Amino acid sequence: MSEPLFLISQEDWSLHRKGYEDQTRHREKVKEALRNNLADMVAEEGIFASNGKNIVKIPIRSLDEFRFRYNYKRQNHVGTGNGSAKKGDVVAKDGDPNQQQQGPGKGAGAGDQPGVDYFETEVTLEEVENHLFSRLKLPHLDKKEQAEVVVDSIQFNDIRKKGIMGNLDKKRTILQAIKRNAQEGKKGLGKILEDDLRFKTWSEVKIPHSQAVVLCMMDTSGSMGRFEKDIARTTFFWISRFLRQNYSNVEIVFIAHHTHAKVVSEEHFFTKGEMGGTVCSSAYKLALELIQQKYSPSKYNIYPIHFSDGDNLPSDNDECIEIIQKVMEVSNFFAYGEINQHHRMSTLGDVFKSIDHPKLRSAVIYERKDILQALTTFFTENKEEELKA
Amino acid sequence: MMQQLEQAIDEITQKAKSLGLDFFPMRYEICPPEVIYTFGAYGMPTRYNHWSFGKAFYKMKMQYDLGMSKIYELVINSNPCYAFLLDSNTLIQNKLIVAHVLAHCDFFKNNAHFAHTNRNMVESMAASADRIRQYEKTYGRAKVESFLDAAMAIAEHIDPHADRIKKKQQVDHLKKVRTQQPYEDLWELEPAVGGETVSSPSPSGPTSIRDILKGHREEKESPSHSMEPEKDILLFIMENSRHLEDWQRDILTIVRDEMSYFWPQIETKVMNEGWATYWHLHIMRELDLSDEETIEFAKLNASVIQPSTTQINPYYVGLKMFEDIEKRFGRDHLFEVRELESDTSFIRNYLTQDLVKELNMFSFGKIGSDYVINSTEWEKVRDTFIESRVNGGFPYLTVIDADPDLHLHHHYEGSELDLRYIEKTLPYVQQLWGRNVHLQTMIEERRVVFSTDGEKVHRKFI
Repeated sequence: MSEPLFLISQEDWSLHRKGYEDQTRHREKVKEALRNNLADMVAEEGIFASNGKNIVKIPIRSLDEFRFRYNYKRQNHVGTGNGSAKKGDVVAKDGDPNQQQQGPGKGAGAGDQPGVDYFETEVTLEEVENHLFSRLKLPHLDKKEQAEVVVDSIQFNDIRKKGIMGNLDKKRTILQAIKRNAQEGKKGLGKILEDDLRFKTWSEVKIPHSQAVVLCMMDTSGSMGRFEKDIARTTFFWISRFLRQNYSNVEIVFIAHHTHAKVVSEEHFFTKGEMGGTVCSSAYKLALELIQQKYSPSKYNIYPIHFSDGDNLPSDNDECIEIIQKVMEVSNFFAYGEINQHHRMSTLGDVFKSIDHPKLRSAVIYERKDILQALTTFFTENKEEELKA
Repeated sequence: MMQQLEQAIDEITQKAKSLGLDFFPMRYEICPPEVIYTFGAYGMPTRYNHWSFGKAFYKMKMQYDLGMSKIYELVINSNPCYAFLLDSNTLIQNKLIVAHVLAHCDFFKNNAHFAHTNRNMVESMAASADRIRQYEKTYGRAKVESFLDAAMAIAEHIDPHADRIKKKQQVDHLKKVRTQQPYEDLWELEPAVGGETVSSPSPSGPTSIRDILKGHREEKESPSHSMEPEKDILLFIMENSRHLEDWQRDILTIVRDEMSYFWPQIETKVMNEGWATYWHLHIMRELDLSDEETIEFAKLNASVIQPSTTQINPYYVGLKMFEDIEKRFGRDHLFEVRELESDTSFIRNYLTQDLVKELNMFSFGKIGSDYVINSTEWEKVRDTFIESRVNGGFPYLTVIDADPDLHLHHHYEGSELDLRYIEKTLPYVQQLWGRNVHLQTMIEERRVVFSTDGEKVHRKFI
C-alpha cells in the first residue's frame, strides 16, 4: 500500500519552552535598552500628569527590529470599502493604522488586523528617577549657611523596657510575650507580663534644614505654542522633582511674561496664552525683586529658570544682559532653556551667547529627546569652580 | 472526538482530491495554543532562538489571551506537509482549517515560485539551530546574538531567483564588470520578439532606444560604477567581506537560506490565501453539514474574509479575484493561474476595473494627521496595490560598489524610506562589512547619501 494521505498525532508539548525563553530574552533586552534610552523616558509625554505619585507606571514599547523599510506616512496604501467609500473620505487618523507587521513566517493570522501597539513592560517613576538623578548634580554646593540652618527634631530610634504607656510598642511587646511563652513550653500568646512590655524611645537630633526656590519664568505670549509649553512643563517637572530630593523645602514661583511680568498659578502658567510682544527683561526684573524681598540668598538656594522660544524684542537685549548678571550674583545658577522646534533665529539666544559666566546654563531643545540633554546641562557641577576650590 | 476528526479529515481529503487539488502527504499535529503561537512566531518549529521571535510570540499570545485574534491555520511548506490544529478547536473549525491547508499545500507543491524551495526545511532548520547553539557555546551568546541582529536586519535583501552556485563558478573575480544598463540586455532579444521595428539605426543619429541608452550611459556613468548592481546584499557580503570569521559566514548562509525558503510565501501572500479560502469554501459547501454547523461555519468564514479599510485582507481580495477568474475563464484556468503567477503578476493580470469597483477599492495616503482616500480610479488603485507587493513589499536595494567602502543604492520609485530606520540599520551593515557603508536614496525628490563608520550616521544631500 502506498503512503497514507494523512496522519494525525497529538504529542506532549509541555516541555516546549522555546517561545517563553526568547520572550524572556526580549524582555531582558528591553530593560537593557531602558538604561540607554533615558532620553526617551524622560521625554515621555504625560509623565508629569501622574503628579509625582510613585505608583505611576510608564508603558515601554517592545524593541524595534530595524531594517530598511518604507516610510508608511509618505506612501500610498490600498484598502477596501463597504460600497460607499469615495475620494476625500478619511479612513484613519494618525497613529492608528500601524505599519503592518509583515514578514516571513508570520503565521497567517486569519483576518489580520493592523498591528496593535503593545507594551512589553513597565517602569515606575522611581526607576526613571534613579537613572536620571544619578546623572544630575546640584551646582554650586559651596552655598553659604545651608548647612547651618538646622531644626530640632526627634527620632524614635531605640527600644527600652521602661517608658510611658503612650509609647508602648505593641508589636514588640506581643512578640516578646510569645517568645517567653514558647520558652516555657506554652503555645501561642498567653498572658502578657510586665516584663514583656517594650517601649519606643527617642533621641533629639538636629536636621539641617535646607530650602530652595525655583523661579520659573516663561514667555506666555502667542509665540509659545502647545509643543513649547509641553516641553517646558516636562523639563520643569523633572527640575522640581530633582530639587525636592535635595532640599527639605522647595518653593516654586511661576512668572509669566509677555511685555509685562507677573506671578501666576501653575495652571495659568502652563495653559493660558496671552497676546502681545515679548520683553524678557520684565521677567528677570520681577525675579530680582522677589529675591530681594522674599527669597533672601542667605536663606534660599535660588534656581531661576527661563523657558523661551528665543524671540525677544531686540531693543530689550541690553537691559536683559544687565539684569541677568545681577540675578546670577545671588543665585545658584541661571538656566535658560530655549525651545526651538523649527531651528529659527533666536534674538534671546544671542544675548545668552554673549554672557560668559560659570553660573549660566543654557540649552536648546529642538525635540522632546533633548530634554535629557537640557537637564544634564543645567545640573552639572561647575568645572571652573572645582578648580578654584 | 479524535475518531470524529479523523473521519472528517478523511472525507475532506477525498473531496479535495476529487476536485483536483494535488498536495503532499499531510501530517496533522494537535497542540495547545502556546505551541501554535511558538510556531507562528518562528515560522518553523525547529528554527533557531532569537529575541525577535520571542517578541512575536508574546504579541501573538497576548492577543490570543485578550481574545483579539486567533490563528486558525498554520501550515508548513514541506514534504510531508505539517499542519497544526489548536487543541481547543471545534470540529467545524478543524474542518475549515483542514480544507484550507490542503489548498495551501497544493499551492506549495504546484506554484512555480515554490519549485526550488527546500522541502526538507524542517530538518535543515533544526540542523542550523544546532550549529548556532554550538556557536553560542564557543563564542558566547552575546556575540552570536549581536551578529544575528545584524544579519537579520538585512535578511530580505537577497535574490532568491538567482541560481547562485552556477553563477559563482562562472564569475571568479570579485566584481562583475558592468557592461550594460539595467534591462539593456532585453534589447538583444529584440529581433526575436520585436521583429524589424528598430533593427537598423539610421546614420543621422541615435534612433533606436538602444542607441539612446548607450549615449545616456556614456554621459552619466561615473567611473566608480564599475560593477553590475547586486541585489543579493547578504550573498555579496558573505563572499566579499574580509572581516568575517567562518562561523559568521555560516550564520549569513543560514539567514539567507531561510529567507530564500520563505520568500515565495511573501511574494504570493494574496494569491496563496485567496486560493486556500476559495477552496475551503467550495469543499465545505459540498460537505453534509447540520444547520448549526452551517451557521458556525458561516460566522467563521465571515470573520476570515472580513474586509479592511486600512489594508488589504488577502483572504478577501484573493478570494474575490479567484472567483472572478473562474467566472470569466472557467475552473481549469484557475489551476493555471495558481501555477504561474505571483502576487504582482496576479494583480496586474486579473484585477479588473469591475472588481475594483465591486470591492470598493481605493488608494489612500496621509494628509496632515489624516489618512485620506486619494483615488478610486481603478488603474491607479491597481498600480498602488502592485507597488505594495513588489519585492515582497520591501525596498529594492543593490550593492553598486565596494571600493572598499560598501555602496548601497535604493532604487527609488516614489516611496521614501523610513529615515530613522536607515540610521539604525546602516550600522548593522557596517558591522557585517567591516568598513564604512553608504546608502543612496531620495528624500523629497533630492538625492541623499547616508554614511556610517559604525558609530555615527551622517547624511549628505548631493
